[in-house]
Amino acid sequence: MLYREAGQFKASYQEDQQIFPIRQDKLGFIAILGFFFVVLPLIASEYWLQAILIPVLIFSLAAIGLNILTGYAGQLSLGSAAFMAVGAFGAYNFILRIDGMPFIVALLLGGLCAAAVGVAFGLPSLRIKGFYLAVATLAAQFFIVWALVKFPWFSNNSSSGVITAQHVEILGFAFDTPVLKYLLTLAIVAVLALVAKNLVRSTTGRGWMAVRDMDVAAEVIGIRPMRAKLTAFAVSSFYCGVAGALYAYTYLGTVEPEGFNLDLSFKILFMIIIGGVGSIMGSFLGAAFIVLLPIFLNVAMHALFAGSMPAGLGSNLELIIFGGLIIFFLIVEPHGLARLWQIGKEKMRLWPFPH
Amino acid sequence: MGFFFEVLIGGLLSGVLYALVALGFVLIYKASGVFNFAQGAMVFFAALTFVGFREVLPGWTGLEADGNFVFWLAFVLALASMVVLGILTEKIVLRPLVNQPHITLFMATIGLTFLIEGIAQGIWGANVRGLDLGIADEPVEWIMESADILVSKFDLFAATIAGALVASLALFFQYTKVGRALRAVADDHQAALSIGIPLQHIWAIVWAVAGFVALVAGLIWGARSGVQFALTFTALKALPVLILGGFTSVPGAIVGGLIIGASEKLAEVFIGPFVGGGIEGWFPYVLALAFLLVRPEGLFGERHIDRV
Repeated sequence: MLYREAGQFKASYQEDQQIFPIRQDKLGFIAILGFFFVVLPLIASEYWLQAILIPVLIFSLAAIGLNILTGYAGQLSLGSAAFMAVGAFGAYNFILRIDGMPFIVALLLGGLCAAAVGVAFGLPSLRIKGFYLAVATLAAQFFIVWALVKFPWFSNNSSSGVITAQHVEILGFAFDTPVLKYLLTLAIVAVLALVAKNLVRSTTGRGWMAVRDMDVAAEVIGIRPMRAKLTAFAVSSFYCGVAGALYAYTYLGTVEPEGFNLDLSFKILFMIIIGGVGSIMGSFLGAAFIVLLPIFLNVAMHALFAGSMPAGLGSNLELIIFGGLIIFFLIVEPHGLARLWQIGKEKMRLWPFPH
Repeated sequence: MGFFFEVLIGGLLSGVLYALVALGFVLIYKASGVFNFAQGAMVFFAALTFVGFREVLPGWTGLEADGNFVFWLAFVLALASMVVLGILTEKIVLRPLVNQPHITLFMATIGLTFLIEGIAQGIWGANVRGLDLGIADEPVEWIMESADILVSKFDLFAATIAGALVASLALFFQYTKVGRALRAVADDHQAALSIGIPLQHIWAIVWAVAGFVALVAGLIWGARSGVQFALTFTALKALPVLILGGFTSVPGAIVGGLIIGASEKLAEVFIGPFVGGGIEGWFPYVLALAFLLVRPEGLFGERHIDRV
């Protein structure tokens, strides 16, 4: 009853092209933003901020990156974690080696490094398609992690490539408490998500989708597949790179190349599949789901068995439930949580008189 | 020069092991178009089940632990478990996902990987176990004496098994009714369905056969490096083999395995020292990638034709 667009007329192109053309959506979104920016920092505990909200935001950003590449441009990638590593180590080196490097600039430069590497590894996509490409991106995954461990220059000669992120400081203001780190992450993620949302609605984004749906047909109607694919790789890697830098600076503080392993890449892939392939909103939902699920399972199992459980069984049960849930989700809703959200909205429009 | 050949032969023989795992991928991809990431987990599951049965059977039946009979009984039981696993996978995971995009099926098999790993370790425990097939991992004497090259007996045995497996699979595909049906399904699902081939039967059979291949691969890998969680990573070893050979070709898996195995070992020994070593992890991928730029469908893969 509350969620009706009746009476809201669009009188100009500008109104027609808004991200949230319906007033209720707009208000709801502002409310959500307000909740995350104002209410949560006030009420959430340090544990929640540091161990749940910050990683969810960072993984959302990485998932947006992968979603641009896989969901919008149709290029399956299993190397997102490696691009995150490039971003993290890039930002670290910029701050380390250039005096007075502002944090935000280092973050963006780290992202640009990742973008450059992404384009280099994206070049094969011009010839290779589908699963062959997925396996090719594994080359990036293994090679980058190996290079970061092997060449001590990247980690300023620390043993086995471990880096400790410098303190985050913007214009003399130190971001050192969880609340401040959370707000910083949230602000960056919000801005980049807005950019991504607009990017996928633009000519570039429609070019990506055309290439995804059928690249020969896209070429015939005048989209340059090379340009579309390489921009997708660049933008996607940029997002992953920034996410990686945030991962090092606002979440963990200390990272090593081995931390950006294939498992992490898979995790990000899971996020976009569960959340919804080809949806910015889905990236957030998926990231939240994948980060929260293991924590929830852990808590639930401790509550159920309360210490009477052999040590190994817990982790195995977790594996089983995790795997089972993924299969279950794919069977029940292959288009992910974002689709469920949409179905929910459709239902809301008709409620309470569906006929 | 002797050293070069030693590395080369060692590489070729380990390539055979990669090929064994890749074979399982190819079978499933060919018949059902599913890129089965869970093959590595199946190898792990198979080996662990075999070792597990071998441990508990003497207790249940009072047979002597090292006897031949226990070995074969464990083998049959492990095979039966793999067949059941294959059929269940087909029924529970694949059937509801028919007609979904490839990436969805691929993701489902990654979920399956977690599931199988969890179940295997939940039942049999997570300890590393040794596996003794009765073939010593020692150099063959006459080759050592005549050519001064160390070739492991065990590797030769593994190569023979792999060869026999491929030959029997080829015969099975070529001359049996089921084999013909399999090839028809691989060629065109709808056409096969329309001439009365029961698609879902065929898929169950393929998963069962892939389970059998996984069992053989698991036994050989397990005897080599112990039955442990690391067996699941054999899948990652098999991927470059697959893209090099082509996803749809059984001979491609073998040839790809040999090329990857040999070049990986040669690169590690002869190029590795210049860049700091440890390049075995990524070299196969880069090699396969470079190769793909020339032939995007792999050595023996089907040429991809775009229709608009």
